[in-house]
Amino acid sequence: MNRSLRRSLLVVLAAFAAVAGWAGFTPIHLETREQAFDIPQGTYARRRAGDLVEILPDRIRLTLGLNDVLLIRNHDDVPQTFGPTIMMPGQSFRLPFERAASYQFVCTAHASGQLTIDVEPEPVTPWARIHWRVRAWWESHKK
Amino acid sequence: MTRALLCSLLLAAGFASAAATAQETQLKAGVLTPVMPAPELKLSGSDGQPLSLARFRGKVVLLAFGFSNCGEVCPITLATLAGARRKLGAEAGGVQVVYVTVDPQRDDAAQMRKYLASFDPTFVGGVGTIAQIETAEKSYGISVSRKVYPDGKYTLGHSSSIYIIDRDGGLRAVMPYGHPVDDFVHDLKILLRG
Repeated sequence: MNRSLRRSLLVVLAAFAAVAGWAGFTPIHLETREQAFDIPQGTYARRRAGDLVEILPDRIRLTLGLNDVLLIRNHDDVPQTFGPTIMMPGQSFRLPFERAASYQFVCTAHASGQLTIDVEPEPVTPWARIHWRVRAWWESHKK
Repeated sequence: MTRALLCSLLLAAGFASAAATAQETQLKAGVLTPVMPAPELKLSGSDGQPLSLARFRGKVVLLAFGFSNCGEVCPITLATLAGARRKLGAEAGGVQVVYVTVDPQRDDAAQMRKYLASFDPTFVGGVGTIAQIETAEKSYGISVSRKVYPDGKYTLGHSSSIYIIDRDGGLRAVMPYGHPVDDFVHDLKILLRG
């Protein structure tokens, strides 16, 4: 292996180590702990008319300590049932989570009527932080 | 220099205290905003009196739906609510548990009274005709499913959240099933003092 190739390899390795070090040891900070979803006005009417309205994904993933509060805002003209409660028009429901678990909810704003919320533990180890950051980056680029 | 340091320390202590207070006043339950009046109940109470939420104005009401033959969810919910009242001590007088049946065919006032008394004699059950119970369920978004066995017996699946109604009759918050006693005590103390 010639010297310039070895040097390039070392630079790449050093850069990778620096990024991995940053991703593993820098605490994750999000602007808000709320993961917000809006039920737009006319959702009920559109669904009655036969439109396949998707407002919420099948599964919502939350992470303790980062984004562990679910916020649902009902802008529709009719009440909507989200899991544990019924929301009147104009009302919002803010549900904090403190335990990592998978939660199943009934949800009329969802086409299937079911919603799963996976609450994951706070990523505190370097590997967990790297995993969280890589997944967040991947999901944001998938959209 | 010393004065500046002291000011910084006081300021930091102030921020820390404000953050701690915000944490303490935040409910563990899911919060509804803006607060709207809790849908009224027009049922019969297991205590022999008409059951309406207006009867308990001035108290914090924990409202839940279930049935006396429930083998899984209701015993845990009721034991949790009874535990919360015990832990509140003298403050428990400001809390009323109302448990509305989702099984009007089998639960009458006497049955609910006997069932609820095994958890806490102050609990009041809500019973009524099928139509009255359905109205109450609809107004709170309660879903009920029925599973019939080959021998004709049946069991019910039902929404299991606990609705928290403040002293003024506002539907303030909803605690999903499965929260421990301490979460209820935490929220009830906030609402009783607020």
